[in-house]
Formats: sequence, C-alpha cells, structure tokens
Amino acid sequence: MNTGLLLPNSFPFVMSTSLNAWSDALSDLYLLGLPLGLVIIAAIPLVFIALYALTYGVYGERKISAFMQDRLGPMEVGKWGILQTLADILKLLQKEDIVNKSADKFLFVIGPGVLFVGSFLAFAVLPFGPAFIGADLNVGLFYAIGIVALEVVGILAAGWGSNNKWALYGAIRSVAQIVSYEIPAAIAILCGAMMAGTLSMQQFNLLQEGPYGFVHFYLFQNPIAWLPFIIYFIASLAETNRAPFDIPEAESELVAGYFTEYTGMKFAVIFLAEYGSMFMVSAIISIVFLGGWNSPLPNIGSVALNDWTSGPVWGAFWIIMKGFFFIFIQMWLRWTLPRLRVDQLMHLCWKVLTPFAFVAFVLVAVWEIYVK
Amino acid sequence: MQELGTSEHSSLRVTPQGKDRVLIEKDLSSEEMVLNMGPQHPSTHGVLRLECKTDGEVVIEAEPYLGYLHRCFEKYAEKVDYPAVVPFVDRMDYLASMNNDLAYCITVEKLLDIEIPRRVEFIRVLVSELNRIASHLVAIGTYAIDLGAFTPFLFCFRDREHILGLLEWASGARMLYNYILIGGVAEDLPEGFMERTREFVTYFRPKAVELQKLLTENEIFVKRTKGVGMMPADVAINYGWSGPMLRGSGVDWDLRKIDGYSVYPELDFKVCLPDGKLSDIGDSLSRHLVRAMEMEESLSIIEQCLDMMPREDGFNPRAAIPKRIRPKAGEVYGRAENPRGELGFYIQSDGKSTSPLRCKARSSCFVNLSAMKELSMGQLIPDLVAIIGSIDIVLGEVDR
Amino acid sequence: MEETQAHTPEESAEIRAAKAAWQVVKEAFGEAVSELDANPFMPFFEVLDRDRWRDIALFLRDDPALLFNYMACLSGVDYPDEEKLGIVCNLESLGKHGHRIAVKVKCEREGGAIPSVAKVWKTAEWHEREAFDMYGMSFSGHPDLRRILCPEDWEGYPLRKDYEVQETYHGIKVPN
Repeated sequence: MNTGLLLPNSFPFVMSTSLNAWSDALSDLYLLGLPLGLVIIAAIPLVFIALYALTYGVYGERKISAFMQDRLGPMEVGKWGILQTLADILKLLQKEDIVNKSADKFLFVIGPGVLFVGSFLAFAVLPFGPAFIGADLNVGLFYAIGIVALEVVGILAAGWGSNNKWALYGAIRSVAQIVSYEIPAAIAILCGAMMAGTLSMQQFNLLQEGPYGFVHFYLFQNPIAWLPFIIYFIASLAETNRAPFDIPEAESELVAGYFTEYTGMKFAVIFLAEYGSMFMVSAIISIVFLGGWNSPLPNIGSVALNDWTSGPVWGAFWIIMKGFFFIFIQMWLRWTLPRLRVDQLMHLCWKVLTPFAFVAFVLVAVWEIYVK
Repeated sequence: MQELGTSEHSSLRVTPQGKDRVLIEKDLSSEEMVLNMGPQHPSTHGVLRLECKTDGEVVIEAEPYLGYLHRCFEKYAEKVDYPAVVPFVDRMDYLASMNNDLAYCITVEKLLDIEIPRRVEFIRVLVSELNRIASHLVAIGTYAIDLGAFTPFLFCFRDREHILGLLEWASGARMLYNYILIGGVAEDLPEGFMERTREFVTYFRPKAVELQKLLTENEIFVKRTKGVGMMPADVAINYGWSGPMLRGSGVDWDLRKIDGYSVYPELDFKVCLPDGKLSDIGDSLSRHLVRAMEMEESLSIIEQCLDMMPREDGFNPRAAIPKRIRPKAGEVYGRAENPRGELGFYIQSDGKSTSPLRCKARSSCFVNLSAMKELSMGQLIPDLVAIIGSIDIVLGEVDR
Repeated sequence: MEETQAHTPEESAEIRAAKAAWQVVKEAFGEAVSELDANPFMPFFEVLDRDRWRDIALFLRDDPALLFNYMACLSGVDYPDEEKLGIVCNLESLGKHGHRIAVKVKCEREGGAIPSVAKVWKTAEWHEREAFDMYGMSFSGHPDLRRILCPEDWEGYPLRKDYEVQETYHGIKVPN
C-alpha cells in the first residue's frame, strides 16, 4: 500500500484547490469584529443536514416506503408532493407546544435539546470532502462515537421528564439498547482503526485514496473486513433505533416510546436528531470501510474515471451518496422486517455480535501484523 | 443481622458494626407498576383496555376491561322487528358483516322454517367467503403491524380493497352491507360480478404467496410468534374458543363442516389445521397460519360457488322473503362459522310479536378474549401485544 | 324441498342424541331435572333444584357418556310472567360425541342466585358476568362477579323487561 506516504502534513497536495482557498478566505471574514465567516462555515453542515432531513429523510423515506408498499405516497402538495415536507414543518410550527402538567419541566425541555446537540456535534469531525471538515481532530472517530452516545442522556431525560409510563419504558429500553450496542459497534470500528492506524477521520479518507478506486477501500483491502463492516452496520441500526431494532419507539407496544408526550417543534427536533444520527452512522461506516469521499470508480488505462470524479465537490458528492445509500438500506430494512423482542435484541447484541466483533478484532489484528 | 421495621415494600437491614455502631441499610424498594394499555392504544385493536401489573418488562397480570364500544345490540334487537335487526348485526363484527348477517339469518330461518332458493344460498356463501378473506386480510395485516412490519399491512389492505369493491358493487355499501336478508338477499348479483370475482381469485393467489414469503416465512416474525401464547387444545375448548383460534390449537372443528349449513356440504374444502412443522401447535403462529391457509380454502370455495351457481333469468332474490316475519313461539340457537369463530344467536320468540323476545349474540371475540387473562400471565409486553394480535378481536363484536 | 328434506332426518338425530343424553342425567339426578322439551329447534331441559346445578354441570362435562366439554353460549333470560330470571346454556360435546343440549336454570327475580359454573366451563365466567350485568341475578361462587359491559355505577339491569332507563348519568342526560 503506497498510501503510507501520505502524511497529514502533505495534505492537501492535490486537491487544495479553489474551494479550499475560498473557504480559507471565508474564515478570515470578520464583520464588526465577529468571526462571521467561521459561523457561516460551521453552519454549512447544519444547512446540509436540515436540507437532507427535509428532502431525503422525510420526503424520501415516505416516497421510498410508498414505492415498496405499492402506493403513491404524498402527492398533493406541489408536483409529486415535493413540498409535502414544508407543509409538515409549517404544521409542526403551528402546533401547540404542550408540556404536560406533571412533567419534570426542566428535563422535558432539555431532553430534545441534548438529543439534538449530541447528534449534531458529531458532524464537526465529518469530512465532507478533501477540503472541508469542521475540525480534523486526531481522535475524530473516537470523538464521533463518544459524542453520539450523549444522545442517551437526552433520551433518558425526555423519557423520565415526560412522566409517562410508556415514555419511561421507551427511554429505559433505548438506553439499554444503545449502551449495549455501542460495544460491538466500537469494536468493529476499532478493526477499521487498526487497519488505518489512525483515528483521524480525514486520514481514513486519505489512506483509502488511490487510482483504482474501490480497490483501495478497506472493505476490499482486508479479507476479514466484511465481518466488522456487517457487525457495525447491524449495531448502527440499533444505535439509531431503526427497524428491526426500533423497540424503544415501538409504536404498537409503547405508543411512541420516549417521545410520546412531545408535540410541535420539540417533536420535530427529536425527529431531526434521528435523521441526523442516521446520516452520521452511515457516514462513519462509509468513511471507515468504503473510502469516505474517495471516488469508487477505478482508472482503467487512459479512461481515468477516478481522476475525473475526484475533487472537493466530487468528494462531497461521494460521501453524501455513500451515506444516502446506507440510509436507503436502513429504510429498506425498516419497511420489510418486523421488530425484534427486547430479550431477542439483547441476545443478539451480547451473544452474537459482541463475540463475533472480538473474533473480527483478533483476525484483523493477525492479518495486519503477520499477513499483510 | 436482624431485620427491623419492615414496611410493605422496603426493609431496613441493621448490621452491628463493632461495639456501639450499627449500619442501617435500606433496600431499594421495588413495586409493581400498573400500566393501562388502552382504551386508546395502537395495538389493542379498538377500545379494549388492559390493566397490566408489570414488573419491568414482564406482565404479571393483565385484566381486560370491556364495554367502551357497547351499543346495546341486545336491547335494540328486542325493540325492532326481525328484519330490522340485520343492520345492527352488521355493526357487530364490522370486518365480517356478511358472515354476521348469514349467522343471524340462518338462525331466524330455522325458526321460520322457510325454503331458500338455491341461487340465494350460493350467493350467500360466495359473499361470505369473500368477506372472510377480507376479514383475514385485516387480521393478518394488523398482526404484522403489531409486530412492527408495516408493509404486509398495506399489502393486505390493497388486496382487501378489491374485495370491498366487489361487495360494494353487489350490496351498495363498503363495510356494513345489510345484504343478506331473512329469506333471501337484497339484490341479485350484478351483471359481470362473477367474471370479476374470477379475476380477483386469479389476481389474489400469487399475492397470497407473496404475503407468505414476506411475513409468514420471515425469521423475525417466526421468532416473535412461535411458542408465544400457548393454548393447549383442552383448555381452549374449556374456554369456549372457536374458529381459527381453536383450530390453531389443533382441534379439527369447523362449523361449516360440523353443522353443514347453507350449501357448504356440497362444497369441497378442507379444515385448515397447523401441521406443527413451522409452529408449535397452539401458539400464536399456529393461529396466524390457520388464517393464512383459510384464505386459500376460501378462494377454492369461491371458485366452486362460481362454477356451481345456478343461473336464472329474471331471478328474484327476494321471492322467498316472507311478507311478515313472525316466527312460531320457541327458542333457537343458531350459529355460523365466522372468520373469528362461532357467531351464535340465541333467539326467543313468543309467537305473537314481530320482534324477538330475546336475542342474545354469542360473540366469538368475546369468548376468545376471555382467555386473555390467563394467556398474559408472566409474558413480556411485546409478547402481550403478539397475543392480543393473534386473538384477532374486533371490539365491535366483543362489546356489541 | 331438497333443503328441508335434507335437514329433517339430521334434526331428528340431534333430538335423539339429546334425549339419550338427558336420560343419563335424569337417571343420575332424578327429580332435580325436568322432562326434556324435545322441540325441533333447541331441545332443552330445566334444572329444577338449582342448588344442584353445579353438580349437574360437572356431571354433564365429565360423565363419559355425556362429555359436554364445550359451552357454546350462556344467555340470561327474563321471565316476567313467572316472576323469574334464568339462564340458558347451550352445551356441546366437541370432538367427542358431537351431541348438543340446552339447559335452563331459573331463580327468583329479586335477589335470586344461581350457582356459578365458571369453574366448570371457563366460557361461563364472562357470560355470567354479562348475565349479571344485564339481568341482575347473582351467581354464587363466581370468582369475579362485576359488571362487564355497562359502567360499574350504572343503575338498573338493562335487559329486564321492566327496565326504566335512568335519567342522567354523571350529569349527562341519557337518551331514551
């Protein structure tokens, strides 16, 4: 692997193109002594997430589920119902914000906030392309896993503060589930970190760069990599409370789980946080195993597909597409599978995924040290 | 170590620590939580209320409370005359109105002792079996949604829509048909109905296979339902279970065979029983399997009805309806195989009045649900949902 | 005519089976049970000594010649002419002999009690509650005799022939 030559300091050597310069210029922009440019840069991922949640997250999920279920989905607002989400948001904004009388008001209000912040803080270390990353921490991956776990606090606060038995059940289930599934997820991600020898998110991308596109991705670099890849994907479903592991919000059992009592924008914020986490885990899996913002297309002789499809904008395109692909799979599973039972969920985590994650860990380590 | 001051839920433990010190420990108190499931809850299939005593996720006891949809059917039936009871009967099990009508009408016809035209009998069986498929589709679909699978539910409703369209064409109503009358049916089948029904049968066969692949053979679905809510055959009989519930426990009992009402004795169909390969006999999955198999059988019954139905020009389906329905004095208990089990009517006539002296509806859901308390003991909350779903209650019939 | 001809022999077979079953009960309990009313619709007999109703019920269920293991229906009935309330039980030997019979038990209109058979056929538990709810007769030995369909604090027993609906319920006017 020739990627070892790429040191952090040599970045950006090819792609420090106009976009990078542009963003540098923007970061120097001060208005009335305030770092306005930095604020704008920081807002870009948020704007992206908001747009993505609006378009793909809500509208896309409704259309995809409609397609799978042999129906049309939203069709009334705008052409093919594309403005449906805006109508929904308008509705949610107008809804009364109810805080029930016997709720713990502080926890009730702070719950969605913590959930939202926890979900969105992780975007700081997400490289959207060779030229754009909020904060290239040297422990970026570790930070992402850690900060997403903050959601648990928000869920517990929301569930406990609601003073509703269903919400409490949902919160307890959710906490048990997320905390449990973080173990196989973290070990699976550690396999990736072992292959890369770094925890920096941007380094992961740079290490998987190469003229042959997907061949350089870790999933194809290591014969055992598929095992942590699958383990992480399953665990990530559970971490984001998606089907078939959506038992914390199992609507047929717990009405709506921890957000039973939420209305209006608080409900929308919880929803947004869920879609944010969905993209986050999808992005992490594509960065660690599938090259992040690298183009999967190989250079074939003079047809330099890889070179043509690389660059700052292409990078953002690839990572978002890879993320969307995994979100699509999450949606596909959600609209196909029934839900597991609580004990079956825990059984899967502790007796299946965790041991296999350890096995994968050892095998990847052996491969990295002795074989490669 | 000695125990002091034990209250109901907590106890203080006092341990001597040296000469003049004691360590007082208070156990974390734990108590059961009462959880009200329903009457507004997504998986109680209507307005059933279960008062669950829970210990964490485990339901220690669940006590059903009924009556939220009580519409005084029996009182109304005593106030109106015999034909006017039919619309009330429609509204009992609103997912299988045709079957309800059939059960009521054959009961009154027993008292009247009138002869029904053969074509009417075939029409009745045809629409009842169509309605049975529609009803089972709802049962299977809502069961899927109880277990978290949303897509099978919509597939079921898509196919049910075709049946509702057919029945609407015949009767003019989508759900509450008022089609089968005492002594006949309201209208003859419309022109082209039989061809459309045949088209539906050919359309639905592959869809049933698709549903089976998507839901019944799904690993998670099997894991969630197999061995959940076990009901041995003898207990099921003692509880008075009937229909798919009883057949799910492996009892070969189908009133269409046993009583042989209408033209069922002439039709060739088998009683669907679980074979015990996929499911444990008597569990929730068996009941689901019985329903899935019964849809297939109903399709074959429909095809036979279409083949055997006598055609008559200018047929008057109301010809045999008596001008004035006033049965002889007496009592009768009549029943029919509904999608949810035995729907019986106990009717008492005094011979003078044109309305029943007493009309008791023996509702299958009411009886099936009475086992809920026993079935729910010590189950997990998700299993409780799976059990309610497998009982397939329609609160309209439970409360009447 | 085919229909009725097909039905007649079957019904008479049903009545023959009911007669045979009643004979067994009559031999065991003598004066406690009445003669069989062998009508073609629903052959029934009445339990005259209602204190023995539970023994008769157990006998009906467990005697090898009877094995009425399935209670299809239990209906409360009002008999205003006789000043009595009663129940009608439709029993069936499911999967064993296949015969059917109906049993009637009556009690006084005011304060009457019928022994509960909820422990014999579990079907009866809710049906007896329903009969109590609608007619107001008591079932002695019932494990949980409460109203089932009407609210707990409803006045009167709706299906009695002399029932007068209460005017208001918790301040809401009750439509008549």
